[in-house]
Amino acid sequence: MTISEVSLQESYLLRKEPSAWTAPTRWLWMLLRRKPLGFSGLVILAIFVLSAVFAKWVAPYSYTQPDFMARLEGPSMAHLLGTDNLGRDLLSRVIYGTRVSFGISFAAVVLAKTLATLMALISGYYGGWFDKLFQRLVDIWISLPTLVILITLIGVLGQGATTMIVVVGLGNAPNASRLVRSIVVSVREEPYIMAAECLGASHMRIMFRHMLPNIAHIVIFSATVTLGSTILIVASLGFLGYGIPPPQPDLGAMLSGDGLEFMRRHPYMAFWPGVAITLIVFAFNVLGDALRDVLDPRLRGG
Amino acid sequence: MGKYIIQRLVLGIPTLLGLTLLIFFTFRVIVPVDVIDVAVFDTEVVDEERDQRLREEFGLTGPLPVQYVRWLGNTLTGDSGTSFFTGRSVTEEMVNRIPTSIQMGGGALIISIVFAVPFGLLSAAKQDSWLDYITRGGSIMFYALPGFWIGTLVLVFGGKWFNWAPPIAYVTPWEDPWGNFKHVITPMLILGLSPIGIQTRLVRTQVLEVMRQDYVRTARAKGLRSSTVYWKHILKNALLPVVTVVGLSVPSVVGGTVIFETVFLVPGVGRYLLESLTRLDLYVIMATNLFFGALLVFMNIVVDVSYGLIDPRVRIASGD
Repeated sequence: MTISEVSLQESYLLRKEPSAWTAPTRWLWMLLRRKPLGFSGLVILAIFVLSAVFAKWVAPYSYTQPDFMARLEGPSMAHLLGTDNLGRDLLSRVIYGTRVSFGISFAAVVLAKTLATLMALISGYYGGWFDKLFQRLVDIWISLPTLVILITLIGVLGQGATTMIVVVGLGNAPNASRLVRSIVVSVREEPYIMAAECLGASHMRIMFRHMLPNIAHIVIFSATVTLGSTILIVASLGFLGYGIPPPQPDLGAMLSGDGLEFMRRHPYMAFWPGVAITLIVFAFNVLGDALRDVLDPRLRGG
Repeated sequence: MGKYIIQRLVLGIPTLLGLTLLIFFTFRVIVPVDVIDVAVFDTEVVDEERDQRLREEFGLTGPLPVQYVRWLGNTLTGDSGTSFFTGRSVTEEMVNRIPTSIQMGGGALIISIVFAVPFGLLSAAKQDSWLDYITRGGSIMFYALPGFWIGTLVLVFGGKWFNWAPPIAYVTPWEDPWGNFKHVITPMLILGLSPIGIQTRLVRTQVLEVMRQDYVRTARAKGLRSSTVYWKHILKNALLPVVTVVGLSVPSVVGGTVIFETVFLVPGVGRYLLESLTRLDLYVIMATNLFFGALLVFMNIVVDVSYGLIDPRVRIASGD
């Protein structure tokens, strides 16, 4: 269990529709005033996400463009973070690296949460033997060394963006489904579900029209936190050589042993990608914590 | 308690079967490469007879379920097959490597507990003080720091400033305890970093949970000094959560051993797995995964059993 899952576990009770959810500007203001650390997380993420999305315009150079006249240079006006052993601009490589990390992690989390929500709805709503069997399988999966299995599967299946998204997404789904199921089970007891049943709504209608909207914001909120740990996993995979194949820059791979000789001569190469990963993961975690505290006062300080 | 342990062990069996099945069939069904091609190296020369002979030697003949059951049977009798690449017995390699990995992981776990538990307790005792804020911020930071980055930085700056590099030759603690310590202590410390973050956070949450219990309020209402309440009433009951915390950080330590054994050239099970992955060395990959899976199942049982030992309520609830 990771720190993010802990905070999720603390927050699974969170299911009241918060009124502030409706007014984004007011909500942002509240976050800034009450949770400055969480707000700083939001700002950091905004910077990273925007520069990743608009990398083409933000990055000063292309990530593959070598400049042999400017190899292993320190930070300067021409290259804000310096250059690597091929004279490629480090800032541009970090920006494109975050783009890749975000893309893969985002897709994997969307896949994981969608599957988890579907399975949790079915399992938690119907209950019975299917629920029991499904929970047993989730138990089994959770008791296994996930990172080792992910590395093994990607190693065997071969590297590539699609493989990573599918393997990391499927690997995260059981964990996520446990949280969602616990909320489904509690929502199932709400009077409005009984009311819908009395009106003769079909199972499908109850699940997707009545329950889904009432658990959706939890799923979205929990995705914020899961994204942080997923980015860390994706970076670890890259570091071990199972990330995105070059020339695409990968934050994890940029730190791995191949470039070690150059890094000794030029530590900037080993510095910036790590700073980027740390900031992103940190930001996701403090933002997740702050969201939980703001949205559910009962859990404040937990 | 005995019945309980047996029950948990029995539940562990499908877990490990599921794990090995998953890997075996990913390997043999989904992957488009013929394992034997990788084992042979030389795919230029098509020699069906030789391939067939190798298949038989490595136990890759017959229908897949038969192959799997054969592997399982052999493993249970202590023979995990041979490596396609080195031709050496996988069991022998594992026996040599397992103590090294246990030493790394166990050491990291102890280091993290030594740091995390006091900080977590302190942070909970002084909730919402500056100490609490620093500890909370620090624990998130420790979690967010990618361990492999710290590893790279240590290698880079260790080399740059102190001319230090991890020793290439590994010595066992039996041959040379000091040499072994010097090799293992760096990866051990770094491996302990991320669990420190998780554990501090968890200990704090769990202690706060105990603090909200009725009996703590009663103790306060009786007029006991708050330090007495903390040490006598809260800490005793917070011992149980600490065990949970240790159990929960085992998976992250196991994942970390794979990374740090590779970075710091420690010949453990994790490095064995990574080396074999690129070579699609089927039996090594199966055996290493089985080991890590079994380790986690075992640790879960240890955690559950210690619950029962610490807390009589758990013992009674489990019907013993």
